[in-house]
Amino acid sequence: MNKIWIIIQREFLVRVKKKSFILLTILMPFLIVGIVALPVWLSTLKSGDVTRVAVIDTDGSYQSLFTENEDDIVFTSFVAAEPDIQLQVRQLLDKDDDVVMYCQGSIADGSVTLYSDGEVPKAVERYATKHLTQALRKARLAEFNADDVERITSIVNEEYSVRTVRLDKGGGETESSSDIASFVGLMLSLLIYMFILSYGGMVMQGVSEEKTNRIMEIMVSSVKPFQLMMGKIIGVALVGLFQCFIWIVLVSVLFTVAGTLFGISGAMPDTSAMAAGMNLPAEAASNAPMADVMKILQGMNLVQMVVLFIFYFIGGYLLYASLFAAIGASINEQADSQQFMMPIILLFVFALYAGMFSIENPDGPLAFWCSLIPLTSPVVMMVRLPFDVPLWQIALSLLLLYGTSLLIVWLSAKIYRVGILMYGKKPSFKEMIKWIRYN
Amino acid sequence: MSNFIEAKDIVKRFSGHTALDGVSVNVPRGKVFGLLGPNGAGKTTLIRIINHITMPDEGSVTFDGHPLRAADVLNIGYLPEERGLYKKMKVGEQAVYLARLKGLSEMDAKRRLQWWFEKFNIMPWWNRKLEELSKGMQQKVQFVITVLHEPQLLIFDEPFSGFDPVNADLLKQEILGLRDKGHTILFSTHNMASVEEICDNIALINHSKVVLQGEVNDVRQRYKENTYRIVIPADKTLPESVEVLSCEEQTGHKVLLVRKPQDESPSAFIIRLAKETDILEFSEQLPSMNDVFIRVVKEDELR
Repeated sequence: MNKIWIIIQREFLVRVKKKSFILLTILMPFLIVGIVALPVWLSTLKSGDVTRVAVIDTDGSYQSLFTENEDDIVFTSFVAAEPDIQLQVRQLLDKDDDVVMYCQGSIADGSVTLYSDGEVPKAVERYATKHLTQALRKARLAEFNADDVERITSIVNEEYSVRTVRLDKGGGETESSSDIASFVGLMLSLLIYMFILSYGGMVMQGVSEEKTNRIMEIMVSSVKPFQLMMGKIIGVALVGLFQCFIWIVLVSVLFTVAGTLFGISGAMPDTSAMAAGMNLPAEAASNAPMADVMKILQGMNLVQMVVLFIFYFIGGYLLYASLFAAIGASINEQADSQQFMMPIILLFVFALYAGMFSIENPDGPLAFWCSLIPLTSPVVMMVRLPFDVPLWQIALSLLLLYGTSLLIVWLSAKIYRVGILMYGKKPSFKEMIKWIRYN
Repeated sequence: MSNFIEAKDIVKRFSGHTALDGVSVNVPRGKVFGLLGPNGAGKTTLIRIINHITMPDEGSVTFDGHPLRAADVLNIGYLPEERGLYKKMKVGEQAVYLARLKGLSEMDAKRRLQWWFEKFNIMPWWNRKLEELSKGMQQKVQFVITVLHEPQLLIFDEPFSGFDPVNADLLKQEILGLRDKGHTILFSTHNMASVEEICDNIALINHSKVVLQGEVNDVRQRYKENTYRIVIPADKTLPESVEVLSCEEQTGHKVLLVRKPQDESPSAFIIRLAKETDILEFSEQLPSMNDVFIRVVKEDELR
């Protein structure tokens, strides 16, 4: 036991003292904060840079539509059309305007064209489309000669808002939101995915380095191969946790600083910005103000989630890291790792996709089976967790995961023990199975 | 207990071939024991079994009077044939780490390392990465790491490979010094000259079996071929009947290698020669370990 501790210490310190580790650990939070905060910050800026739009409107029917100056769009002039439209547009653009809007005919059966020196700014196009669509709708409704066009218009624009509530057995109600739940679940499963892949890879690299350096023989004359393997796996895990810890601390500090500096409300960034950054459906998130989000987050059993996250995290890492260690011990050089890494990475990518599709249907057969199969369960279960998974499923899935993990650790230790001292032979799966049978 | 290691009837099979087939080896306490044999004979496998790295399929190993246990590795220092340390780790840090794995405290390890590093003139390299050191210096570091915890048994697998003559001699002196301090030393080598110089006992392994075992002097006696070196004045000749293997003329005298008939005693032989010529020198030529090695292996192949 004491020796495992010495090995853990070395594995930890060697990695933590590396320049690349220090650099990545310090820079990463800045990158994260930058990615999240920059768009938020930019969107809060009302830059003095306005887009000047001139409207060519012969009969004046469009003028009433574009009265408000929003999104930094300023309407400078409304002029009647001249015979040579091209020349007129050219003159307007040359004068002072950025965009010229040329409206022909009436709203109901006319056309609108935007001219600009370069690319027409998206904001102008969006603005014009939005207001013209509303006007067109109104005009068309008016053709029915209905009395109350205003009312009909508002009816057409009305959207239903469904309240989603989770009713637990005791009868208590909790606000729920599948969007936010999916988002949280996906974040957790991404976290597990990235952690296992990067730090599992680190384990493999470390083992194969020890093998190619030929230090193994000295090591195994002092400690048991199993101790060496576990020491490395645990040491690397601690490196990962240490890194995560620093990141969490740094990121929260940076957000607080950024928040006070740039006046972004609250220490946490707007969820909508985060969701947008993650390419998630943002509508629901952006509709829910911060307070609602917090309410929903509290509604999900946070303690249970954190505890389960840790359990799946440890089980999944143990399983994959020991697989990686066995591979590292079998190969003679880094280049050989490809053929063994491929199946594992494919499996892992499959798990991630299964997780993503499970968002749509967290209780469907894909989600159910993939959250039981130990190789995919750490990733997929994370997506399901926010949706209240039945207890027996969690228990069964954890049992399977830990049973398999221990089995894989045991098998890997056998492969490892033979593999680390086996040189020159090109490894194959057949060979590795043979090693398991060795004494 | 005169034997420090007693390996009895060791059998080790790998799928496809038998690496050791009923090998019994006794390593006397406080002696230098040479494990000889051609490549692939099974030396490294035997060393790994004694090192508790692999288990024998059959047979037993007795270590210092008791069956070999996992804890005994703390009393073994092992220098593998394929040298290797962490290339990116600092020399001192790495030496302390490996010493701690052998059960030394950090303080002890540092103190002893200082002594050895100063002795070998590598102290200035303490804070350098291993890959910055020359190959010879890396070898020295590795040797220090092997002996640092002062184990009762030292195992050197091909210790002289990669050393220049000066450092090889330094190493030889260190090995003999360790023996004089009471350590038992087991080493495997192809270098027969070093065997004659420092080994007290040897075992020769060929094709997974021990084909020869014993004290170096006994072995050489056993394989002597009645060869004698005789120096006579240049103008004299030996009797016609004597079988001359080689003859070399030097200023004023001749140096001859002759073979004594099997059934004639050395004194009868010398009297017979003395009748014809003056004898300036007369000495028996024992076969070198190299000759013994080649002869035994060849005879074994023929069987």
